[in-house]
Formats: sequence, C-alpha cells, structure tokens
Amino acid sequence: MTRYVVHRVGGMILVLFLVCLFTYMVFFLLSPDPAVQICGKNCTPERIDQIRENLGLDQPFLTQFLGFLGGLFTGREYGGGTSIIECPAPCLGYSFQTSQIVTDMLVQRLPVTAVVAIGAAVLWLTAGVIGGLVSAVREGRFADRFIAALTLGGMSIPNYVLALGLQYVFVVQLQWLPFPQAVPFADDPGQWFANFILPWTVLAIGYASSYTRLTRANVIDTLGENFVRTAKAKGLQPSLVWRRHALRPALTPVVTIAGMDFAGLLGGALITETVFGINGVGKLAADSITKNDQPVIMAVTLLAAFFVVVGNMVVDLLYSAIDPRVRAGAS
Amino acid sequence: MIMRDPAAVACLAYIALIVLMAVCAPLIVRISGWDPYEFDQSAIDPDLGGIPLTGGGRGWGGISGEHWLGVEPGSGRDIFARIVYGARASMLIALAATLLTTVLGVVFGLLAGYFGGRTDMVISRVMEFLMAFPALIFMIAVLSALPADDRQYLLVVVISVFGWPYLARLIRAQTMSLKQREFVEAARASGASRAQIVFVEILPNLRSTILVMVTMAVPGYIGTEAGLSFLGVGLVPPNPSWGQMIASSVSWYSVVPAYFLVPGTFLALLVLAFMVLGDRVRAAVDPGGLL
Repeated sequence: MTRYVVHRVGGMILVLFLVCLFTYMVFFLLSPDPAVQICGKNCTPERIDQIRENLGLDQPFLTQFLGFLGGLFTGREYGGGTSIIECPAPCLGYSFQTSQIVTDMLVQRLPVTAVVAIGAAVLWLTAGVIGGLVSAVREGRFADRFIAALTLGGMSIPNYVLALGLQYVFVVQLQWLPFPQAVPFADDPGQWFANFILPWTVLAIGYASSYTRLTRANVIDTLGENFVRTAKAKGLQPSLVWRRHALRPALTPVVTIAGMDFAGLLGGALITETVFGINGVGKLAADSITKNDQPVIMAVTLLAAFFVVVGNMVVDLLYSAIDPRVRAGAS
Repeated sequence: MIMRDPAAVACLAYIALIVLMAVCAPLIVRISGWDPYEFDQSAIDPDLGGIPLTGGGRGWGGISGEHWLGVEPGSGRDIFARIVYGARASMLIALAATLLTTVLGVVFGLLAGYFGGRTDMVISRVMEFLMAFPALIFMIAVLSALPADDRQYLLVVVISVFGWPYLARLIRAQTMSLKQREFVEAARASGASRAQIVFVEILPNLRSTILVMVTMAVPGYIGTEAGLSFLGVGLVPPNPSWGQMIASSVSWYSVVPAYFLVPGTFLALLVLAFMVLGDRVRAAVDPGGLL
C-alpha cells in the first residue's frame, strides 16, 4: 500500500508541475505584452521598459518560470525601488489591474464557491441516488420511463440556458424568489438560502441526471448477482437484502465518481456564478477574462487543475483501500 | 430498426432541418428578406432604449411577417437570419471538432492498444495528463489570450485536443481485447502486414463503438461551442452564434424574453435531439450496455 501511495503522489506532483509549465508557457507565448496593458495611455517606450524590468518580464522564459515556481513555495517580491510588494507563499502572482495579490483574491472568494459547490453536490447526490433507486425498482414501468425522459432533458439543456430560464420564471415572472444579492448568512439566513436555491439547482441538474442513470444501471446489475439471489433464497427480508447486500456494491462507484466530479466543479461554477452574479472564484475568472487580467486567469486554471488532480488521487487512494485489485493492477 | 422508433425519427428530422438550414443559409436568408448583419431601425423603438416594437401586426419580441422570429433589441437585426447563420457556425464547429477528435482518438487508441509496451505507455500518460486538465477553464484561458479573428479554427483545435482521450481510452481497451482473438491470429499467420491487421481486421470491429461515441460527442461540442461563445471567448460579434445570442440576451431578457427564448430553445432542442438519438443508437448497437 505504501508503495502505491508513493507512486500515486509522485505521479500527481509530476502532473501538477506539467500543468504549471504548460499553462505558463501558453501565457508566455500567446498573450499580449502585459507591460503595454499596465502602462495604458500616455505611454512612453522608457516607461514600458521600466515596467518590464520591475515585473521581471525582460528575463528569459526559464528564469521567469522558476521565479513563479519559487513564489509558490517561498513567496516573492514584486516591483523595484521604493514600491515593493510583498507576496507571501503560496504566491500565485500579482494582479496589476486590481493592485491585489492573486492569492488573496482567491482566498476571499473560495468560501463562496465552496458553498455553491457543496450545496450542489448534496442536491445531485440525493436526487441522483433516489431517482436511480426508484428507476431500478420500477424498471420498465411508467416511473422508470418518466425518470429516463427527465434525465435526458437534464443532460441536454445547457446550464446557462437553464439558469436564465429559471431566473426568468421564478424571479422575474412569479417573484417567488428575491433578485439575487449578496447577503451574509448571519444577517438573514432565509434570504441567504433563497439566493442559492437556483444556482444549486442549475449546477446540480446535469450531474443529477447522469447519477440517476449510473445508480439505476448499477442497482439493476447488482440485483442480478448471485449473492443477492442467495440472500433472497435464504429468506432474508427484502428490506435487509437491499440494505445489507444490494446497496453498498451498487453505490460505491457512484460515490467514487462524485469525488472526481466535485473536484472538477470549478468549470461549471464559472458559468453558474456568472449568470447569477455570485462573487465566487468562477465569477472572478469570468471577470478577469473580460478584463484580460492574466495572472488571475492563470491562477484560477492552476487552482482548478490542483483540485482535479488532488481529487482524483484521493478517490484513487480511497478506492484502492476498499478494493485491493486496483493496487495489484497499478504496480 | 432505428427508423421504427418515433422519438428517434423526430430527432433525426429536427437535426436534418438544422443541417438544411446551415447548408442553405444564404438561400434561406434571401427568401426571408433580411441578412444577419442588416440593421432595421424601423422595427425597434428608439424611445424605449431600442426594444422591439410590438402591436400593429407585430407580436411578441417583434415577431411579424417581415421578421419571422422577431428582431434583436438595440439593433433591430433579424433573429431568424442570425439563427440560420448561427446554426451554420455551431454545426460546422461541432462537426469539425467531432471529426478531428474521432481521427485522433481512433488512431492513438489503435496505436496504444495494438502495439502496447512503450507506445502504449507514452500515449496513456499523455491521455491521463489531458484528462487531468481542467479543460473548460483552460480552453477559456487559452482562447482569451489569443487574438479574436479566426476563432472558429482555434475553437475546433482546442476542443479536439482535450476531447480525443475519452474516445482513445475506449478504443485502446477494445483493441487490446480484439487483438487476442482468433481471427487476428489467423490473419497474422497468413502473413498480413501490421497495417493490414490494424485497419482491415481490427478497425471494422470498432464501428459500433465509434458510431455511438460520435453521436454522443456532437451534442457535447455544440454545447461547448455555445458555452464558450456565451462566455465571450468563442465566436465574437458580429458573427452570429447561438451561444453569443443567448449571452447578449442577458441584459434584455426581463424586458424582451423572446430574444432569449428563441436561441435558447433552438440550442436546447438540438442538443436534446442528438442525445436522444445517441441513446437510441447505443441501445440498438449495444444492447448489453457495455459502452
């Protein structure tokens, strides 16, 4: 097991390093000169050179990249002369457009995104597992077909179309929900909760649909297994057959995939947060794209990659702890 | 077999309609009378911030005999023409991306699965790396850093680069089991070259997998293109695209819901049609549910 863990962690660090390098390279090669952007109007060539020097943009690629990597672990300083900006580790860069340290911007917004993500995950797991169980029990009957139709719809509707549609119906027309505005939880829990209902639903609906299908398929498979037949044959109560024998093997893969999907949620949060005006990491990314604030875009990309890679690893390790065959296959 | 299923036939009909619209866009627009870039100031109300005129034979969102699906608020551009041309953009991008991912996925999947060893290791590592990448966020980042002209080619390339591993993984697994079968052994014994074995013996057996994956990939890419355009990093105005129409409807949708509803419905229905079709194709070619 130790060998397997070391192997996986090593692989994870390599992938993260490559993601860093690749992202940095793309921005280095493709993006317009940040010095020109920062300089803005009334710019002189001398001033651009000055900015380049302050930012270290006059250095070769490798030096810049190593500086960035070093900043991640030990922190670094930006600027020169009298205006030095301290950026403690983990330093993800400095946004010159907002004059803020990128790490601080992310840390401020992460809790909001966490609320969106956790709420959505609870919703889709509950809906997906219940929907899948109902479909499996009523296989081939009306309820099953009805749920199958719903899941197809849920998987096809693009989330921003759904977001705008729901907002139009429930906020503008019916006025059942208030217009979204930032309210701290402590001030008005009811309003806070009402704000998040639509974002949670929108983010959850696609996942809920695919989880319903997955649960259904797994439960039907498990119910056909010999050990379930044995349990039934020896006269166990149907409810005990379900609880002790059928559910656990059927739901383990669902929970595994949930871990990975949860880690990859930042991409979906981007659209949801933008449409509903929630001030999380996703909206930060969208705003930075509009403003072309590259250090922030890059930091969000790296953060998202970090979640995905770490999420996959945690899931793999948990899975290998449950199922020894995975370990054997990997080594 | 598929043709006896009313849902599948309805989906095919809708897809055919959109494809026809995309192919004949210039012709259709000539019949409907407005091209997608033409401003019609007479269809909007300058006193109300440019919302489409209603009343006097004009319906919801400015829908009339002249403008079949209404006009865009603010500019008065014909929505029908923009939908028709937007279909062209969406379909072209989605189909080109599907083609490119399929070629890449099949080739690399076959290579990794058939040759194994070091080839397999390298290809599998690259696939793992690409699948660990936060594809959507990275696509947005790359596209935002690139110049906005010729975005459609970039969109296709970026979507495909992150898309092929999902197909290649399946192809690889199936190739690995197919190459153990007797008919491959027989071909090898009768002196077939490696290229012959891969393309003549193994590839035809992967047809149904590829068919299902392709039908499921198209709606995904249509959604991705629309999503990227919605976020402002896909096709840029004045080029019409459904996602970008939905994006620009955001600031109007409480006043002119039709402007959001029309492209939203077209897009959702198209994705749904492909999904249902993919589902039915899968049920037809793979009754055991292995894919």
